Amino acid sequence: MNAVLDNLELVLRAFSYTVLLFLISGVLSLVFGTLLAAFRVGPIAVLSRAAAVYVTAIRNTPLLIILIFFRIAGPKVGINFNFIDIKIGDLTLNNLFAACVVGLTVYTSTFVCEAIRSGINAVPLGQAEAARAIGLPFSGAMREVILPQAFRASVPPVASVQIALLKNTTVAGALGVFEAFARMKSLINDDVASRNAIFLTFAVIFVVLVEVVSFGANRLERRWRIAR
Amino acid sequence: MRFKRSKAVFAAIALASTLAACGNAGGDSEGVDVKAKEVDAGKFEAGSKMAELADAGKITVGVKYDQPGLGFKDASSDIPTGFDVEIAKLLVADLGIDPTDTGAVTYEETISDNREPYLQKGRVDLVLASYSITDDRRKVVGQTGPYFLTGQQVLVAADSDIKGIEDLKGEEVCSVTGSTSLENVEAAGAVGAPADTYSQCAEDVLNGSVKAMSTDGSILLGLAAQNDGELKVVGDEFSEERIGVGYSLDSPEMCGWINGVLQEAYDNGDWAKAFEATLGGDGVETPEPPALDDCAA
Repeated sequence: MNAVLDNLELVLRAFSYTVLLFLISGVLSLVFGTLLAAFRVGPIAVLSRAAAVYVTAIRNTPLLIILIFFRIAGPKVGINFNFIDIKIGDLTLNNLFAACVVGLTVYTSTFVCEAIRSGINAVPLGQAEAARAIGLPFSGAMREVILPQAFRASVPPVASVQIALLKNTTVAGALGVFEAFARMKSLINDDVASRNAIFLTFAVIFVVLVEVVSFGANRLERRWRIAR
Repeated sequence: MRFKRSKAVFAAIALASTLAACGNAGGDSEGVDVKAKEVDAGKFEAGSKMAELADAGKITVGVKYDQPGLGFKDASSDIPTGFDVEIAKLLVADLGIDPTDTGAVTYEETISDNREPYLQKGRVDLVLASYSITDDRRKVVGQTGPYFLTGQQVLVAADSDIKGIEDLKGEEVCSVTGSTSLENVEAAGAVGAPADTYSQCAEDVLNGSVKAMSTDGSILLGLAAQNDGELKVVGDEFSEERIGVGYSLDSPEMCGWINGVLQEAYDNGDWAKAFEATLGGDGVETPEPPALDDCAA
């Protein structure tokens, strides 16, 4: 425990990286995943086919391979994020961080897409027909009628996907971002004698973070329940 | 269109993995030929770990697989090569076991993270894996030596004008997750960029993702030799690492034996031979062997 308290500043910084990775890729994957879901159920065959191929290809690829593509293979063929260099206090959001965010987003958005699609399927067909009947175009029907109901129905699966994302951020520790998992390894290396205590502390903090996300999801679920 | 793009993705991944597999160790030398020694009855005290190992004729040694010059194993070879491995061979031979017989000696890969657990659980009998001696580690495992002194330096692209760690304040410097090197980098004012392996760090320096990487000079020299003309080692050593042998605290009697074997290798020139066959090369002077720690505890 002392090992963690003595390095509190470093531990906090590490968890800031973890949370930042989670928040940024979480929001991006929600936006991109919703877009993908809309493409998939939309009337334009090309977009729907393209989204289906994208989701199938990415969802069946291990996260590590996707991250390694953006982090290691990407720079070799000229795909890099060297233009990104943001400093927030002690935190540096650099090209490595950006590559990890992009990788996590690309991966997670396919799962968000499928979760939201399941929500869309839960919306009774009559709703879509009624929306068309009052003259709404596809985008309008999507925005005003279907997606709001689909979101409500898909809170639990989307929350699961986001929780998985929070834990997936630990992979970034092997790829140049000093997030919580990498810091834990450093502390253990530094103070071998208390490796169990350090490990448990970090595990507990992760459980707390996941609980915060679950709690938020729970609240949303309750608030939106009245709809139907 | 989509299909073409995914093809390009696969091609790029395949390319990356081929390149990663292509590296070759600093030299093709197979190392020094070490012969097993006869073990006379009574050489090792009955009941000691050494007697147990000599009787069984089997030993497991933890080494690194990814550090050219120290402990390195490519896909095609049975036995890893490097200075750590040469020293391990001397210890194994002293037990009357043939160090090149892979049926008797297992060179188990240990990464920085699992050296202590492997020793504590008895999965390996000895660890020679660029294992720096520290007080914290001595609380949980036995460590003796050192058989090699090294220090941390900086590896940069050949055309870089970085002169040493002083030029890297606030810049990302790559090193392996959970290693002492990474902490020294941070202590020196640079931003640590953790990676899984040293070869991945070197890769990042090559493709410009990070400006520099840093760890023990001996490891960097090996990596620079692998990528001749593209990478160079710069700056003075800014830390002192004492590389030693790890053993289990359950068998403290091993300390005296290890020191004995090391001292003998210092005296009869085997140590120098091992150095020349691995880390040494053109223009590298063989250093004096370091003084050994006492086995008081």
